[in-house]
Amino acid sequence: MTVAGVIQLVFFLIVLTALSRPLGAYMARVFRRERTFLDPILGPVERIMYRLSGVNKDEEMDWKGNAVAMLVFSVAGLLAVYALQRLQHLLPFNPQGLGAVTPDSAFNTAVSFASNTNWQGYAGETTMSYLTQMVGLTVQNFVSAAAGMALLALFIRGIARHSTRMLGNFWVDLTRSTLYILLPLSMVLAVVLVSQGVVQNLSSYKTVPLVEPVVDASGAKVTTQTLPMGPAASQIAIKQLGTNGGGFFNVNSAHPFENPTPVSNFLEMLSILLIPAALCFTYGELVRDKRQGWAVFAAMMIIFIPLTATAVWAEQAGNPAIIGMGIDQTASDIQPGGNMEGKEVRFGIVNSALWATATTAASNGSVNSMHDSYMPLGGAVTLFMMQLGEVVFGGVGSGLYGMLVFVIVAVFVAGLLVGRTPEYLGHKIEAYEMKMASLLILIMPITVLALTALAVVSEPGRATIHNPGAHGFSEVMYLFTSQGNNNGSAFAGIGANTPFYNTLGGIAMLIARFWIAVPTLALAGSLAAKRLVPTTEGTLPTHTPLFVFWLVVVIIIVGALNFLPALALGPFVEHFMLCT
Amino acid sequence: MKQHLRPAVALLVLFTLITGALYPLLIVGIAQGVFPFEANGSIIQRDGNPIGSALIGQQFTSAKYFWSRLSATAPFPYNAGASSGSNYGPMNRSLLNATRSRVEQLRGADSLNMQSIPVDLATASASGLDPHISIQSAQYQLSRVARERNLPEVKVRSLVEQCTESRTFGFLGEPRVNVLKLNLALDGLTSSPKGAD
Repeated sequence: MTVAGVIQLVFFLIVLTALSRPLGAYMARVFRRERTFLDPILGPVERIMYRLSGVNKDEEMDWKGNAVAMLVFSVAGLLAVYALQRLQHLLPFNPQGLGAVTPDSAFNTAVSFASNTNWQGYAGETTMSYLTQMVGLTVQNFVSAAAGMALLALFIRGIARHSTRMLGNFWVDLTRSTLYILLPLSMVLAVVLVSQGVVQNLSSYKTVPLVEPVVDASGAKVTTQTLPMGPAASQIAIKQLGTNGGGFFNVNSAHPFENPTPVSNFLEMLSILLIPAALCFTYGELVRDKRQGWAVFAAMMIIFIPLTATAVWAEQAGNPAIIGMGIDQTASDIQPGGNMEGKEVRFGIVNSALWATATTAASNGSVNSMHDSYMPLGGAVTLFMMQLGEVVFGGVGSGLYGMLVFVIVAVFVAGLLVGRTPEYLGHKIEAYEMKMASLLILIMPITVLALTALAVVSEPGRATIHNPGAHGFSEVMYLFTSQGNNNGSAFAGIGANTPFYNTLGGIAMLIARFWIAVPTLALAGSLAAKRLVPTTEGTLPTHTPLFVFWLVVVIIIVGALNFLPALALGPFVEHFMLCT
Repeated sequence: MKQHLRPAVALLVLFTLITGALYPLLIVGIAQGVFPFEANGSIIQRDGNPIGSALIGQQFTSAKYFWSRLSATAPFPYNAGASSGSNYGPMNRSLLNATRSRVEQLRGADSLNMQSIPVDLATASASGLDPHISIQSAQYQLSRVARERNLPEVKVRSLVEQCTESRTFGFLGEPRVNVLKLNLALDGLTSSPKGAD
């Protein structure tokens, strides 16, 4: 790795950690409903919203009440986005006159945005009207992220509380997450992004003359270039902050209008991990034991850092297949070197590989380089990051509750090994909790592997694979891994905008979001109902380096057992073919 | 279920108003007021006419211009209306063919040049619209462009330096050369003695 590369990585990690702690403490105040500095402005808005929607903010609900509330809200959002896409040709703010989106693509996209996946089966600039982007997609960027944070708040209360059935009020947590956390952060980020050159307007696309005319595929002469426009910055800010990832333009944050400079890149990359990382510290605050937050944060970092280094190393090493063509792939002060296919010069190798690891660690899914063109091991890192279940930072809210499920499993397994009753923060871990936890861990690999298998043995599944051989298998596995973990990034070569992939992918996204969310709430409800077990000599401490190490081991072993065989068929085969 | 219907629909409508309309429109207002150039595509003007975006690359094929990177957009390279990468895997035959023919083109345009070709110049960018090449890629093409335009290499080199953006704060991102700006500067140089500008 180059010196400049190391400096950029270290700087990124330091800024991330430094900002996470104060933001985490602030978010804890939001979830505890304490006064914040934004209350003078947002307090009245919040009160009006509760009045108009008939929410009694002091009423709490049990896990089932909250689960139903979350489901009803998500379905309402899903239907709204579907309807907008199908009717966009009849609605205003459509200067390009784009037509209605096809039913299967509209279904996939509606599920995608309501489930916080933000998989893009479509190409933004040629498919979605400004109205659809703003009123449909931007809104879901906010509320699906806020719903994840609300679920986390409910789950944490399940851990923090004892002898009660009540977890809090989904509506209040949803509203406060949006107003006090996502909205102010997005406004600041959006304005800074515009200053860097991200477009933000309501104009129609602009045409400029080309310096040198080009000839298109049909032999016709092209003398102008059409520049896409639109309210991009406002959507990009929340797509990064809310682990959404659905870009304004087809190539997402690789597009110079979406991510024009190293500064915009740094901030967008920071925003991918900022809230998920900060939520670890929110957790520590809410369970009144900051060490628990640090322990979870440390476990995430221990997995994140070596995998990032692996991806950077694999990409910087370059492509052995083009050796001998007279090409210089060595990094220096005047060229990035390495595997530059599908990467932008302004980002080079380090900022591309760091982004790729961050976006798959968090379930963000935005990209600033094309993962499909990564070296096999670089691509394997992004696949494996998702296959760990999106618990290394993960989605806003969903990542941390996924991680806490692994904590409970780690406590349980450790308890079995030493022959003690497993306890976590004063709760006995019993059969019901373990059933829910096992379910939560098994649903994802079953969905991903079953759908991958189905696609590669069926004709419509194989028809749109873009790369031959092992890489083609990786494309299919990446597609279902991404959607089955609500990530949304892609090995984009695969032709995914077909009824086959739109429908199966939509199902995978629904399962990944809601079949996980409901048992998670059930687990929280069961934990909250338990009597407090006093801490004794025999209690396993869950904040020590030993426990953090143990937690990392459990996560890696579960992930590896589930996916190593499949990875061997894709990226590993490709790696050995390429290197021999 | 029923008691959740009103908050679900009402909150969705309210959030749509706040995050789907007020928020983007407010940002449009701020952007147009404070950063009008950036918010509208960083469009370079000459004599009041737009002549390209500083952020969006263009295709150059004649030897007197610096060439941009490969672009995989369809149906023609650097189609800004349909951004796209090649999405070829590292062993894909199409990738290897594209790289090989690019090397041949570069060599064909400058048979005297024995340097290795910098990898960014032989590969397609992620967006298909990359406005930049590495400094090494500019240096690789420097002697060819100078020769084709009958300019001293020193002159071209100084233009390359003018169009070079270094790492932000000295460490963020990669140093790079904006190809469109460089070629516009070259055209300006060639034509200005004739008084065309």
